[in-house]
Amino acid sequence: MKTMKHVLLLAALFAVAVSSPLSAAGKSIVMDGSTTVGPLAKSFAAYFTRKYGVKVTVSESGSGNGAKSLINRSCDIATMSRAMKAQELVAARKKGVNPVGHTVALDGIAMVVHPGNPVRNLTKAQIADIYKGRITNWNQVGGPTARIVVIQRESNSGTQESFKDLIMGKTAQISKTAETQSSNGAVKNRVSSTRSAIGFLGLGFVDRSVKPVAVNGVLPSPVTVRKGIYPISRPLYMYTNGQPAGSLKTLIDLSKTPDGKRMITELGFVNK
Amino acid sequence: MMSEDVLKESGRSGAFIVSAQKRKMQKLAKTAGESILLLIASFVAIVVLFIFYFVTVDAIPYFQLQGFREFFTSSNWYPAGDPGEFGALAIIYGSGMVTLGSTLLSVPMGIAAAICLSDILPFSVRQYAKPVIEMLAAIPSVAFGFFALVIFAPLLQTQGGPILMWAWWILAAPFLLLAVIVISDLLSAKIEDPKRRQQISMFLLVVFGVGALAFLYWVGSVLQGIEIITGTNALNVSIILSFMALPTIVSVSEDALQAVGRELREGSYALGATRAETIVKTILPAASSGILAAVILGVMRALGETMVVWMASGNSSHIPEPWFNYLEAIRTLTATIAGDMGEADQVTGSARYHVLFAMGLLLLVISFISNLVSERIVVRQRKILSGQ
Repeated sequence: MKTMKHVLLLAALFAVAVSSPLSAAGKSIVMDGSTTVGPLAKSFAAYFTRKYGVKVTVSESGSGNGAKSLINRSCDIATMSRAMKAQELVAARKKGVNPVGHTVALDGIAMVVHPGNPVRNLTKAQIADIYKGRITNWNQVGGPTARIVVIQRESNSGTQESFKDLIMGKTAQISKTAETQSSNGAVKNRVSSTRSAIGFLGLGFVDRSVKPVAVNGVLPSPVTVRKGIYPISRPLYMYTNGQPAGSLKTLIDLSKTPDGKRMITELGFVNK
Repeated sequence: MMSEDVLKESGRSGAFIVSAQKRKMQKLAKTAGESILLLIASFVAIVVLFIFYFVTVDAIPYFQLQGFREFFTSSNWYPAGDPGEFGALAIIYGSGMVTLGSTLLSVPMGIAAAICLSDILPFSVRQYAKPVIEMLAAIPSVAFGFFALVIFAPLLQTQGGPILMWAWWILAAPFLLLAVIVISDLLSAKIEDPKRRQQISMFLLVVFGVGALAFLYWVGSVLQGIEIITGTNALNVSIILSFMALPTIVSVSEDALQAVGRELREGSYALGATRAETIVKTILPAASSGILAAVILGVMRALGETMVVWMASGNSSHIPEPWFNYLEAIRTLTATIAGDMGEADQVTGSARYHVLFAMGLLLLVISFISNLVSERIVVRQRKILSGQ
């Protein structure tokens, strides 16, 4: 195992040395953290490397690990789909790290049902009860008499995590009878073909095959997410140690350039 | 004289030396060839051992961290929770459920198809039919999964009742017909007077026939009334998996039936047995060990299949209510490994990572045990058949 690791390390070093002769080892940027922000971080990284010749490494190990890496100074930018917690900030101060958050984009999670479902509006509490298994029939929320088929994402999903944070709270668990699909596309497929299904999708995935439901009376759209009216939305962050300078600043400020905004929109996120 | 002898001797010994060299070379080549073959053969065995070793090594930390109790007795599967819950009971149950369901569907169908291929269809038809059935095995499982998710699941949701009713009629009608004939024959067999026997037999046939028809219709209409809420359920997966296991079962059992040979068949006919009697009483028992091997292979195919269950079983880790309800979504071991592997790296929580290896180990152990059992049964069957 150990020799294997050494060989891999050597190979990786060799690959880095060959592929980017211009960037000195100290100049490369390491990003770590959220899987939700991952696609955005990756496309920023690819764009950045192409444009400025600086090597950017992106790891996706979860927001919590992003924070941990930043505190341990093992990454330059922590990508996070939630704000840093108080205890993380305390831990950072103790180690002499000063985390500064930058909102790079906004993310909305749309609740979707079958187009034939007459239900137009759900409250946050109703959605929570549906996913907790307390509401099991559409007639309890003003729809037809039919058992609700609850569709969630797998436990690794960032969308799943933020849905749970925003709707269910930290401790509540999603009902065991909820079905699991492995991607936004699969959820959309199931909802569009099942009359009594409910699911949630990243805003970028909503199309005519499913019907988004208003949450607390607000329909999800880039506008309502940007204005902060739509209840199931949240900012996506990149954290740095102190105010960023040089290439770090350029990378984070990509979200303010037209190219960066285009990438954000293409990935289904919302510009702030 | 002496010199001649010496010459002869040396001549002989010269020839002997050449052949010794040759023989040495041949021996060397033989050893080299054999050891290469041995190396290749043992490589396969070593791969299996290594898989066992690495899966076990990664599974043990889970049991050290969480113990055995929760894994086997709880059905709370919340690996991403804080702290995570790793109750796999419902998932193990789900695996068992689809394996049983697909076995119940594929084994009777597969064996019937094998008998039909080997003993009923003429040779010219069999030549084409068998490769067509074996073609099923060549379809990639993701294609089956896509079909199950995109076509079959919505179809079950919109036409579920009628589909169940037709399936019931098609499967149950021939069996009931056979049962009615056999039962009325048996009941009237004891009557001495042939004329009366025929009358009573006819009477019983009509009575039972009407009863069976009413039963068929009643169950059919009950089934037609069922509305399937979610199409991604245990039934969907069982049906698709049974089709995937079918080519293995048909092909291997047909080979076993063929291996029985002409002698036994002709012997049976010579003793006055009909074709049905020959098949049921002679050929099937003689081929039973091979058929059993086919069944075990089919079961393993269903148990180990991942893509189809991940796509079409619904993946909800609960034991259905009631426990035999095949119309509810379930979750299997293989699908859980595939689905939760993505981010369950060592960093995000040790137990969450190692629990998947514990599941893999469980699957390995199950298949190992069933292979062992089938091996034992096959050996015993051979002994019985050879009259020991």
